[in-house]
Amino acid sequence: MADYIWLIPLFPAVGFIFNGLFGTKISKGAVSWIACLAVFLSFLTSVAIFFEFLQLPADARVFEINVYSWIASGEVSIPLGFRVDALSLVMAMTVSGVAFLIHVYSIGYMEHDPGFKRFFVELNLFVFMMLTLVTGNSLIMMFVGWEGVGLSSYLLIGFWYQKDSASDAGKKAFIVNRIGDFGFLLGIFLLFFTLGSHGVWTLNFGEIHKSAHLLNGNMINLITFLFFVGAMGKSAQIPLYVWLPDAMEGPTPVSSLIHAATMVTAGVYMIARLNFLYSMAPTTMMVVATIGVLTAFFAATIGFAQYDIKKVLAYSTISQLGYMFVAVGVGAYSAGIFHLMTHAFFKGLLFLGAGSIMHAMSGELDMRLMGGLRKKIPVTYWTFFIACLAIAGIPGFSGFFSKDEILWKAFSSPHGHIMIWMLAALTAGMTAFYMFRLFFGVFYGDCRAPEDVKHHIHESPKVMTVPLMILAFLAIAGGYLGIPHVLGGANLFDQFLAPVLGGGHGHAAAAHASAGFSMVSSAWASTAEAGHGGEAALEMTLMAASVVTALIGISIAWLMYVKNTGMPGKFVAAFPGLFKVVNNKYYVDEFYDFVFVRGIMKAGGVLLKVVDIGIIEGIINGVGALLQWIGGGLRKFETGFVQQYAFGMILGAIIVVGYIVFAPLF
Amino acid sequence: MLPYLTMNPFGFPVLSTTIFMPLFGVLFILFMSNEKAIKVAAMITALLTLAVSAFLFVNFDPTTTIFQFGERISWVSSFNINYMLGIDGISIMLILLTTIISPIAVLSSWKAIQTRVKEFMISILIMETAMIGVFCSLDFILFYFFWEAMLIPMYLLIAIWGGPNKDYASLKFFIYTLFGSVFLLVAIIAIYLVNGTFSIPEAMFKDYTFQFQFWVFLAFGIAFAIKVPMFPFHTWLPAAHTEAPTVGSVFLASILLKMGTYGFMRFCLPIVPQASFYFAPLMIVLSIIGIIYGGFVCLSQTDMKKLVAYSSVAHMGFVILGIFTFSIYGFVGALFQMLNHGITTGGLFLLVGMVYERTHSRQIYDNAGLGKIMPIYMFFFGLFAVSSFAFPGTNSFVGELYVLIGAFAVNKTAGFFAVVGAVVAAAYMLKLLKQVAWGREDKRDIKDMNLREIIYMVPLAIFVLWVGLFPRPFVNVMEYTLVNLATQLDKVSH
Repeated sequence: MADYIWLIPLFPAVGFIFNGLFGTKISKGAVSWIACLAVFLSFLTSVAIFFEFLQLPADARVFEINVYSWIASGEVSIPLGFRVDALSLVMAMTVSGVAFLIHVYSIGYMEHDPGFKRFFVELNLFVFMMLTLVTGNSLIMMFVGWEGVGLSSYLLIGFWYQKDSASDAGKKAFIVNRIGDFGFLLGIFLLFFTLGSHGVWTLNFGEIHKSAHLLNGNMINLITFLFFVGAMGKSAQIPLYVWLPDAMEGPTPVSSLIHAATMVTAGVYMIARLNFLYSMAPTTMMVVATIGVLTAFFAATIGFAQYDIKKVLAYSTISQLGYMFVAVGVGAYSAGIFHLMTHAFFKGLLFLGAGSIMHAMSGELDMRLMGGLRKKIPVTYWTFFIACLAIAGIPGFSGFFSKDEILWKAFSSPHGHIMIWMLAALTAGMTAFYMFRLFFGVFYGDCRAPEDVKHHIHESPKVMTVPLMILAFLAIAGGYLGIPHVLGGANLFDQFLAPVLGGGHGHAAAAHASAGFSMVSSAWASTAEAGHGGEAALEMTLMAASVVTALIGISIAWLMYVKNTGMPGKFVAAFPGLFKVVNNKYYVDEFYDFVFVRGIMKAGGVLLKVVDIGIIEGIINGVGALLQWIGGGLRKFETGFVQQYAFGMILGAIIVVGYIVFAPLF
Repeated sequence: MLPYLTMNPFGFPVLSTTIFMPLFGVLFILFMSNEKAIKVAAMITALLTLAVSAFLFVNFDPTTTIFQFGERISWVSSFNINYMLGIDGISIMLILLTTIISPIAVLSSWKAIQTRVKEFMISILIMETAMIGVFCSLDFILFYFFWEAMLIPMYLLIAIWGGPNKDYASLKFFIYTLFGSVFLLVAIIAIYLVNGTFSIPEAMFKDYTFQFQFWVFLAFGIAFAIKVPMFPFHTWLPAAHTEAPTVGSVFLASILLKMGTYGFMRFCLPIVPQASFYFAPLMIVLSIIGIIYGGFVCLSQTDMKKLVAYSSVAHMGFVILGIFTFSIYGFVGALFQMLNHGITTGGLFLLVGMVYERTHSRQIYDNAGLGKIMPIYMFFFGLFAVSSFAFPGTNSFVGELYVLIGAFAVNKTAGFFAVVGAVVAAAYMLKLLKQVAWGREDKRDIKDMNLREIIYMVPLAIFVLWVGLFPRPFVNVMEYTLVNLATQLDKVSH
């Protein structure tokens, strides 16, 4: 079965091509079911490979297939090839599984949209590219998928192109991503030529891994940093996060699939995929973890002051992606991927829930105009509640397991630091607060919607609620794949990924030894390794601390938005300036727009005026005028006899040539 | 027998047939008066030429570096001028490009050209002959003859069928390129005076003095740089493109610009290699300025055709960059980019022309919001736009990747700036795409592409994806020649 990995991306590709070519000829229903079926077949294929893998010993769980030689010449050979191992399989299953549910949901959600068929064509294109990204066996294949998801995201954000804001947002997303891609591309070339200078010309992951020891420390820090620049763009980290909130202009299933569950996690996947390089690059790791935790914290603060439910979820996504980067930044790769998966479930669910709320509220997004929806849309309410508990990290829900693993590793890993842990734990409390601010605001209190909207409030159809229920189940159950040892579990998830990602700890320790990292954390690590009992007690303490933080966050939200609803208003009134700044997202967009976007567009016009029209044309026209002036004097030579002209030309040519040939002799 | 030329093995002079087939068609068209019949005759001629060149392509031996299908007849024996033809892995690709573009050009002007149809078709066919002739010539005088012959029909295309400002644009084009041609002639005569022959292959890889190489490179360089056009010789291009009829732009972009880069590859590198090494840093800097400058200027364009024209400056910068890396990757990339630019930018000019026929405006704003009204058009426009900024899976991605590999191998700084250019390309193409697809919402009565238009766009679209996904067959054809060039240059440099 594993020989058929190329089927995983192929199915959606076929769906995309078939619906793209013949979609206009067949019915809406047929288009949507073909699209769903294509993604479902990818999912089945990945699951089949998964079960096949379980039969194999852990170190035999790698298959690679090169379909054909794509770009080749001289020493360079880049095949179009796929690789399946534990990591790509987890990604493929998560992506295709969640994508399938979101496809089904979209049948209901997009039902009345005039672009229904186009939507499914573009959605399949996205899944095709995303699966190429995660199953490609080389950096170039990854880059192909990377650009491909970028393009499909551009198309889907701008899906409602009638709105200027939507098409602008699409363009912004692509361009900010291009800045990231710039780093990614440079990283690829630098790695390629650095390895090449040692006689190894390859971009294949397996082969890079084998020759990674040839790279020296500074070079590897630079290369991994450049890759991280790519990840910053795609996964919306500081300073390239600005496109993601705008991307919410796309239809909600798109926000759910692309801008929460799958595409934005590509950066995390990339670092996990190249974990062997990152583990050799302590400086980059520190940068990754620091940017990750700062993004997590920063985005959470913005989440406090947003009223648009999709914007809150967008900043929450940025914040959660920050957690994943903390994980991979401290060398806890499998924890990062674990959170990636659970996040795909609960954040996918939150967005679909938001879509269901919008569906009920006639498209309203402002939570100030909602409230009291608990009774009217019960399925949405319960599933949304589960997702909120999961993201808040309440024990028993998936987010608890994955987030606590990250928090623990941020603290205990030799790459970690107590400051990272503190900020991340604080962010966990903030997350709980703003998520429940949203939850209470939407579902509790009095309904603040206008009368005409109120009448229409209704639960979504089955085709939408069943995916919600399945995702709610996953948002709980997904966590039990990775029960930590300290709670008596075996962390099956970590074990399954170990052949690719290593025991995060072992790898990190090796790099740590060579780098001589932070004293505090190394002391912690040695204590941790020395006494297993002490470690367990510490882990439990930290776990309890983060759970308490989360509960405090929820309680404050309850106090402010259910118990005493006047409080938020008073708070805003007390700090009007602060609120305004946070509500306006610290004016970062305005700053970027002023400096980069307008600056650059203007530069183009100025260049044209000054260089082309001013300098170059000026010189040429000047020469022309000069010649005319001379020509006036030379008019007497213009006899009208062609022979004389020809003679003149040849004479001139001979003089020039003669000079060239004979000048060296003198 | 000549060591550098294998004679034509067939019973008929296959290269001469390819070259003069269009001219042969002109003979018939001269005596026709029915416009419809003239168009059909021109189309048949162009298709027959394509068939002959396909025959060439199939019989081309990609495993030798010697010029093939050779023909050699003494022309002016007193000056040792020969009618000598032959092709290698570089020229075969460009001949094929020419013969593919020509029938498309005829088909695309079916409705657009209403006045002087006969003269128009004759101009196109004469130009095709001249263009194929340039790529086949192995004698400097013959080459120069075709090179100059190409100018006249091109000048006429702009001056007769051009836009409102056609006089200025055609004159500018003519003077600019003629100015370059004089330098070309000087270089050719200089080489003749040293070698005593106008044979191009015999001039290659000889031990000329550096002084000689220096001056010859400069003369060649100015002629070719104007043609490419390289920054800062590019200002004739936007003017010519905006005024030229669609077919004129297509020929300009797809083939005429390639003459310059072909010249660098065919003449500068093998004939004056040391000077090429000497000037390489300058050429690389200018190419990168072109890539980035072209990109930035595109960002501020409001005229679709001008935007595509300036994007040509950037794309041709990639070709020059590839050539002056002197590496096999750079060469493969440069040759690919020549073909890709011919197909992709040619395609974009055709698409701009199509919409111009419908709205009589080239302003982006006037042609905005076509996504809903013209879905088929938008499909092609989207494909060629993403191809233009080297989206993976399209032809330009493969070409640019080769060039970038070559650039990084030689100089990381050059590679770095080229990547900047690649990033800017996405910005202006997406800006254009966004506005054309989505910019406006009002209903207008504009018809989508008709069958004729689809027919001539499909081959180009197939090429975009074919090279993007399976470039191997093309690499096979060009590889031997290019590897040989790189190896020879390598020998000289040591």
